[in-house]
Amino acid sequence: MCECKLKKSDLSLLSGVLDEYAKVEGSLITILQKAQEIYGYLPIDVIYHIAEATGNSPAKVLGVATFYTQFRLQPIGKYLIMQCQGTACHVNGSERIAAAITEELGIRDGETTEDGLFTLSNVACLGCCSLSPVMMINGETYGTLTPEKTINILRELREKAEKEGQA
Amino acid sequence: MRKIVVGEGSCGIAAGAAKVYSALEPLAAGSGVELKITGCIGMCYLEPIVDVYDDDTLLQRLVLVNEKDAQRVMDAAKTADFSGVEDLKIKDEDKEFLSKQTRIALRNCGIVDPTDIKDYQRRGGYEALRKVLTTMSQDDVINVIKTSGLAGRGGAGFPTWFKWNAAKSSVSANGRKYLICNADEGDPGAFMDRAVIESDPHNLIEGMMIGAYAIGATEAVVYVRAEYPLAIVRLENAMKEARANGMLGKNIMGTDFSCDMRIKAGAGAFVCGEETALIESLEGKRGMPRLKPPFPAQAGYNLEPSNINNVETFANVPWILANGGEKFAAMGTEGSKGTKVFAVTGKVKKGGLVEVPMGMTLRDVIFGIAGGIKDDKQCKAVQMGGPSGGCIPYSMFDTVIDYKALGATGAIMGSGGMVVMDESTCMVGMAKFFLDFTTKESCGKCVPCRIGTKRLNEILTRIVNGNGKEGDIELLEELCLAVKDGSLCGLGQSAPNPALTTIRYFRDEYEAHIKDKKCPAHECTALLKYSIDPEKCKGCTLCAKKCPAKAIDGDVKKPHAIRQQDCIKCGQCYATCRFGAISVE
Repeated sequence: MCECKLKKSDLSLLSGVLDEYAKVEGSLITILQKAQEIYGYLPIDVIYHIAEATGNSPAKVLGVATFYTQFRLQPIGKYLIMQCQGTACHVNGSERIAAAITEELGIRDGETTEDGLFTLSNVACLGCCSLSPVMMINGETYGTLTPEKTINILRELREKAEKEGQA
Repeated sequence: MRKIVVGEGSCGIAAGAAKVYSALEPLAAGSGVELKITGCIGMCYLEPIVDVYDDDTLLQRLVLVNEKDAQRVMDAAKTADFSGVEDLKIKDEDKEFLSKQTRIALRNCGIVDPTDIKDYQRRGGYEALRKVLTTMSQDDVINVIKTSGLAGRGGAGFPTWFKWNAAKSSVSANGRKYLICNADEGDPGAFMDRAVIESDPHNLIEGMMIGAYAIGATEAVVYVRAEYPLAIVRLENAMKEARANGMLGKNIMGTDFSCDMRIKAGAGAFVCGEETALIESLEGKRGMPRLKPPFPAQAGYNLEPSNINNVETFANVPWILANGGEKFAAMGTEGSKGTKVFAVTGKVKKGGLVEVPMGMTLRDVIFGIAGGIKDDKQCKAVQMGGPSGGCIPYSMFDTVIDYKALGATGAIMGSGGMVVMDESTCMVGMAKFFLDFTTKESCGKCVPCRIGTKRLNEILTRIVNGNGKEGDIELLEELCLAVKDGSLCGLGQSAPNPALTTIRYFRDEYEAHIKDKKCPAHECTALLKYSIDPEKCKGCTLCAKKCPAKAIDGDVKKPHAIRQQDCIKCGQCYATCRFGAISVE
């Protein structure tokens, strides 16, 4: 048996969601979205649990979870950096921003820093094209980025996290 | 009453509007000045924007406002004396950005408070729905839409009345019929649908309820992108308000017509903008397109008759019903009626949302309204229609905005993204960027799209990396046609467009990459060569210190040189040199 299956998530957290949606046809995506809100990602035992509760095969649930970019099968860091890959951002130099993030944090798309602080995720257009290039970190949008500005933002967040850690 | 209104669309908030609002809040308390929010006026390049009103009269628009300006703004608003905020006043040339537009879908955006139904009603909101429900038959409504010539604003441009009529005529065995709004705005570079939902959600609700009545729908669903959290919050709130005021739910406005509405948040898949894929996703499955026929009008969501329209399409509907189909049809060209909203972005001076009558030229929009190219560089092309569209070269900017005219260029009207490019954008790189996107977003159901986009992407990648081979252009063209012909849905059928149009108009750039191993736009890093002119180099050592690869040698006050084999082409030396001694080719 694979190691990840041994990890035990607290499945009771999901019971409210399953009570509401498990028997409603067509709500698998909604259930997965709510589960991800609860756990921060979709642990494999949660996927099995949802499959059982909704009467789907685990393969089908996993199939849906891997089809959509919103769903994550791995835990994420404290700060989720969503780097916009839209056309306007591309034209205005998003690749240099990506390079700056990778150089500063040593992570690429989909990876998390070893200290668990940052996760980098490439996302489709965030729709703030006039501020391009853009990234969103935990819901806050940062626009008209330059590599220097990006690095400063990341360093500020790291300092903030360190202070919080000490407090 | 004196009012201060802060523009809080997503762009505005990203630019700092929420901070401006918070700074104004304590100052407004007990001051006699009311503090409100509004949505997006479309002048994204001037956000945050703060308007000062006396009742409904705009006294002054202030732009690029910072939270530190809060006290000055409040003082000016109280006294209506704006001499203390001269620096924030909107300039006349920026006023033209709006005055040159014709706003129908966006008519309330940036004016009404999206969180207050009364604001919408004060501007005539829900009167069209009342007229429809109390005085018109289903066929009457469809006929008005037919007269208006309204066509689907999501990209394909299919006549709206035809879809409505097909859905109306279709009979459901269970008596269920659905009206679905496609708000899965996936084209990178387009954000008008988000702006409409965030700024004027009641307009969407009213348009949808008119559509629901016309086709006899029993339920309405809005499929919104998950990347638009604010749009979802505002629409949810508006639905609550509408329900409380009898515009949604049982016996709407006291009539026999009942229809409720719900939101379904998408989970991030570009292909779900395709209507049958969207239906699959609504049903909780992987968003893979279905074969047509049967069309959604016959067997759509839950295999019941369904009609799907885009947000902007619905946003036009209340206006058309209130003003008559003829008035809408009076605008535009022979084949394209009314107005279209464009998100103009990229290398333009004034990026934002622009709504203009069909028939305007690209030049009028990009130079007349959006102010032309940043830093007065040379304009190269505009990309329209996102990954399904193409690049139109500057030499063809007299093309008019019209479904047919734009289609003839190889691009498409699309949902309205206009990404403007200057001389520094590599067109091969642009094609690769889009193929990269469609390769990732291909759902994998049909082979020509799944494998074809991958192979196209591989060829483009080797060209931008300097490994292009003789015959690659022809190979690309052949493969493009195969993918176009062989794919099941719109995604695959249109995925080759970015490559085809750039080959058509910028073949010389492809040839330069393949034959000369050069990127004329100086964008493809693998093909760049940096060198130092010994005549100009003063030996200041700055570039050598900055170089992350330590690839620059030279003694102080003596000309430096770059060791090409170690150069990683990051361009830092080029940006650092104060003597213009470093050149790139």
